[in-house]
Amino acid sequence: MQGATGEMPRKIPELVCPAGSLPALKAAVDHGADCVYLGFRDDTNARNFAGLNFDEAALKSGVRHAHAAGARVLVAINTYPQAGAGERWRRAVDHAAALGVDALIIADPGLMAYTCGAQPQLRLHLSVQGSATNYEAINFMHREFGIQRAVLPRVLSVAQVEEVIANTPVEIEVFGFGSLCVMVEGRCALSSYATGESPNNVGVCSPPKAVQWRDTPEGVESRLNGILIDRYAKGEKAAYPTLCKGRFEVEGEVHYAIEDPAALNALEILPELFRIGVAAIKIEGRQRSPAYVEQVTRIWRAAIDRCTVDGEAFAIAAAWNEELDKVAEGRTHTLGAYHRPWK
Amino acid sequence: MNASAEPSRFPPNRPRLSLGPLLYYWPREKVEDFYQRACGSEFDVVYLGEVVCSRRHELRLADWIAIGRMLREAGKEVVLSTQALLESESDLKTLRRIADNGEFAVEANDLGAVGLVAGKGPFVAGPHLNIYNRESLEWINGLGAMRWVMPVEISRDALAILQRGRPPGFETEVFACGRLPLAFSARCFTARHRNLPKDDCRFSCIDYPEGLELRTREAKSFLVLNGIQTQSAQVYNLVGALPEFASLGIDLVRISPHSETAFDIAGLFTRVLGGDLAPAEARRKMDAIMAGGSCDGYWHGRPGIESAGNVR
Repeated sequence: MQGATGEMPRKIPELVCPAGSLPALKAAVDHGADCVYLGFRDDTNARNFAGLNFDEAALKSGVRHAHAAGARVLVAINTYPQAGAGERWRRAVDHAAALGVDALIIADPGLMAYTCGAQPQLRLHLSVQGSATNYEAINFMHREFGIQRAVLPRVLSVAQVEEVIANTPVEIEVFGFGSLCVMVEGRCALSSYATGESPNNVGVCSPPKAVQWRDTPEGVESRLNGILIDRYAKGEKAAYPTLCKGRFEVEGEVHYAIEDPAALNALEILPELFRIGVAAIKIEGRQRSPAYVEQVTRIWRAAIDRCTVDGEAFAIAAAWNEELDKVAEGRTHTLGAYHRPWK
Repeated sequence: MNASAEPSRFPPNRPRLSLGPLLYYWPREKVEDFYQRACGSEFDVVYLGEVVCSRRHELRLADWIAIGRMLREAGKEVVLSTQALLESESDLKTLRRIADNGEFAVEANDLGAVGLVAGKGPFVAGPHLNIYNRESLEWINGLGAMRWVMPVEISRDALAILQRGRPPGFETEVFACGRLPLAFSARCFTARHRNLPKDDCRFSCIDYPEGLELRTREAKSFLVLNGIQTQSAQVYNLVGALPEFASLGIDLVRISPHSETAFDIAGLFTRVLGGDLAPAEARRKMDAIMAGGSCDGYWHGRPGIESAGNVR
């Protein structure tokens, strides 16, 4: 469809922000999020950490606050129900429906089948945990379950994302900022190999209960279930031992053999994301503080608003990346797979 | 070629042996020799094709099909496996050609692959699909899956629950020996180790026929890098559990090859399944021919890296 000037009308991507708690939800909504995503206080979602997530009262309050501001609430019920345990996930679906949320973010096909049958009025988003990296997968899930949006794993270059969008009627949501998974989301068992718990089976990665810190003459060691993930010399800043972000030895070289700790930051390709028709930009960080959520939401709101007006002439305000780096993992950022040579 | 029937001293529901797809990048001749040997092996089912990386080109689809025909002549059931991580249009084109091959059943390892084979005849739901519960099993069976390769994370107890609700005629295959496939990435770790981008990887993984070992900073073997795939360094080994497989209703036992030891292991597994060899003795023989350690944590509902230790 072309406008009078012959230009394609641009879709403005929604800003989808993480809410690990009611204060974080309010911070996101109050600073310009179009949508917030959150989970229940159990293993039905992939950020199943102690002290995080919403109980009934917080969710009711959150939905009220968001809707009053014209923002939408998306509930992640995106882990894989394990054998015999499906009832809890189905109850979570029914519960979310009763609370009047705007969409569910789901990964498990069995649970999607249930939701289509029991709550057909509920909008379905395919979680990044569903691990759909191509339009054949997305279109298939659309035919099967009527998904209206798919969150893309962070494995595609911008050109590949463009290809997906061009070949599907399903809205595409991509990550714009936050901690990066180097493995394709939804099919990584590294954490359960080391600790018994993974995003798929329990909704966690490199869980706190498996973490050990030890002071040794060689430096501070971080371990997961006894496995040495990294060792820090004096003056080196120790990082949380996410399994894939340790330093390991390969053929005699010790380095970040799998991934460097760095946050994804797609600000510099925002005009590209607009151009290719991304429907929504997702900020990662449900386990981060309300202050983080406020900071990141504010900057991305400003950036999206600026890009809406300036288009290709969009320029990043210097302060934005500085502020984002302060809250970024590793205090640095990367374009990740969006930039092909990273792969 | 062995045309004689096996002696029928095995119980009727004795699990069959399957040879999982070759996950490493080998030169063409080595691959062809390997599958020649598979013709005369104890494997009942052989999975062929490239699951890991589309840049690997020693064998093209036509070559895999030719190998498939040779194996079929030798009495093997052949399945074409598909790539687990599909990113590009070119990946999808290859997938479509495999889905339409018309000769061999397909193992789908991605939802897009499922979409292409659904409703068009029997297919295998591969281990890289996230099928963890009865509802998902029913769903995939309803689409035409005749067989399900259980995700490696699933424990024996969880499997027992799932087997109770199993649709009739639907087979269960268990990954029972081999380095565990743990993750896939857009990034190629083998190329990265050589400071090369994936697009100019110079096919580095061909230099590591059993993958590239990754150790912790205290020199403990931990993972193996195989191009874009990360595997366990420890070999998953369920030989101790084999005597229970028939009663659990397991139809196929998968051995994932990293060398020709796969054939020796097939021989040992056959004897254990037939009741001719004690699992503990088989385990000792396996330890002698396999480098590195083994693990079986997932089967016991533990971290995958753990080993339950003694085998009865």
